[in-house]
Amino acid sequence: MRPDLEIIQQWVKPGHHVLDLGCGDGTLLDFLQRERGATGFGLEINPDHITTCMSKGVAVIEQNLDTQGLDNFDDGMFDVVLMTQALQAVRRPDKVLDEMLRLGREGIVTFPNFAHWRLRWGLALSGRMPESEALPYKWYNTPNIRLCTFKDFEALCRQKGIRIKSRRVVDGQHQNSWSARLWPNLLGEIAIYRITRENEQ
Amino acid sequence: MPDSLPADSVGIVTPQSYHFDTPIELACGQALGSYDLVVETYGKLNADASNAVLICHALSGHHHAAGYHSMDDRKPGWWDSCIGPGKPIDTNRFFVVSLNNLGGCHGSTGPNSENPATGKPYGPEFPVITVSDWVKSQALLADRLGIQCWAAVVGGSLGGMQALQWSLDYPDRLRHSVVIASTPRLTAQNIAFNEVARQAITSDREFHGGRYYDFDTVPRRGLMLARMVGHITYLSDASMGEKFGRELREEAYKFGYDAEFQVESYLRYQGERFSETFDANTYLLMTRALDYFDPAYDHGGDLSRAITAAECEFLVLSFSTDWRFTPQRSEEMVNAMISARKKVSYAEIDAPWGHDAFLIPTPRYTDIFTAYMDRVAREVGA
Repeated sequence: MRPDLEIIQQWVKPGHHVLDLGCGDGTLLDFLQRERGATGFGLEINPDHITTCMSKGVAVIEQNLDTQGLDNFDDGMFDVVLMTQALQAVRRPDKVLDEMLRLGREGIVTFPNFAHWRLRWGLALSGRMPESEALPYKWYNTPNIRLCTFKDFEALCRQKGIRIKSRRVVDGQHQNSWSARLWPNLLGEIAIYRITRENEQ
Repeated sequence: MPDSLPADSVGIVTPQSYHFDTPIELACGQALGSYDLVVETYGKLNADASNAVLICHALSGHHHAAGYHSMDDRKPGWWDSCIGPGKPIDTNRFFVVSLNNLGGCHGSTGPNSENPATGKPYGPEFPVITVSDWVKSQALLADRLGIQCWAAVVGGSLGGMQALQWSLDYPDRLRHSVVIASTPRLTAQNIAFNEVARQAITSDREFHGGRYYDFDTVPRRGLMLARMVGHITYLSDASMGEKFGRELREEAYKFGYDAEFQVESYLRYQGERFSETFDANTYLLMTRALDYFDPAYDHGGDLSRAITAAECEFLVLSFSTDWRFTPQRSEEMVNAMISARKKVSYAEIDAPWGHDAFLIPTPRYTDIFTAYMDRVAREVGA
């Protein structure tokens, strides 16, 4: 299993009701359902991904976070709300974070770090928008319209009264490395955050 | 007429009639002492009877959903695009049951059947049937066929309402409910269109208070008008535009009121053909069943409370240009299912054909439907 999913599944307890925002082809939810006995939904807009979810038996709702929001979900109806590699692609990540913690007691967020040394290096040397394995797009066609660094994200959490329960930093292959642990904002490519409201346990 | 049957057709099928003589109590308070249901089946029921799929038909539908009755048939059954070997409802894996609902006019007991009490057709004496009544009769049919639990109950439009009602009335007798192009209740506008259709029929001089059989006549005009107005609501502005535009039948305006535009003659033709084959009292009954459908009604208008009873998984599909039962109506249903913590999948299919899109196999519709039903088949070992 992908190491990031390995990390995430440790934070989902048996029987948890889970919402996965931007669930892709349903790999994670499928795993959580089968291995952790979790229940829940995925939200997705890519038609092929939606079809794949359905053939896997993952409950998937075609819903666009940017245009439709999450009003149709009730407060606190989930134990965990997940968002892997999609925060940087929504129009208002700050509002999505609020919504995640309205719907669930806990949120798990992963996103690529725009301050990774290779991106910094690329920009400094070439003077062009950086591209990488995690961010393989051109500046004009990228779905990643809200790129940020780990420091940016943590500053936003502080400002919003969101508590970071854990953070794991991995490289592009989702491997845990000692260097990324040492200088996360420089050497970490992807971070996995486990967040909750300040007053939650 | 097909010269040879397509490889993905269920082939030549023969309807069967099942007689029931235990009275069925109906929502209106009346009972039907005995009745017949006409049924077609496709595919084979497996040893543990776990691979059965029920097809519920819409307003003008019937039991003939797939295949041909003879090599002389011009067209296959009404949902042949989705039922057959290798199709979304794969008859190599599923045992498919399709019936003409009670109150219909294609062989099941309805207003044009003989009332045993009088020896004459029921006509207006035939009780108003609800979606719940249909589901009850379908459950009795399932008993007769030896099916304790459907792998899936599937329907579009009014058929989707039956698929939803099944999940509430017999939660332990279906694994999946597939609700396509449907709605949890009609809007005022929907009811208004039905009322126009009914008025067209009942105000026809040949209607005779619903006893036209006794006068050896048919309210053809009224039925034709009803179908014409209904038909408009099944299509989209864009699909009508593409099909007919402002095209004239002849080159210039004739400054009269005959059918000059192609769309006029199309509607007249559709209406006329329909009025030759459909029973006016059945049309009234089916539209009323639509109007009355509202599972939230007994739960203070709270649909998610109504859906709490369900135990099956749901697939809900809507079509982008359907203005009769819009995607928003499907989303209402989905949201109620989410609130009730039911397992539900939903997609809005981009298709230009309005409400009729549920009968037309577009690639995404076919893909999703196939993927979902394939999973259902795997689940029941079919």
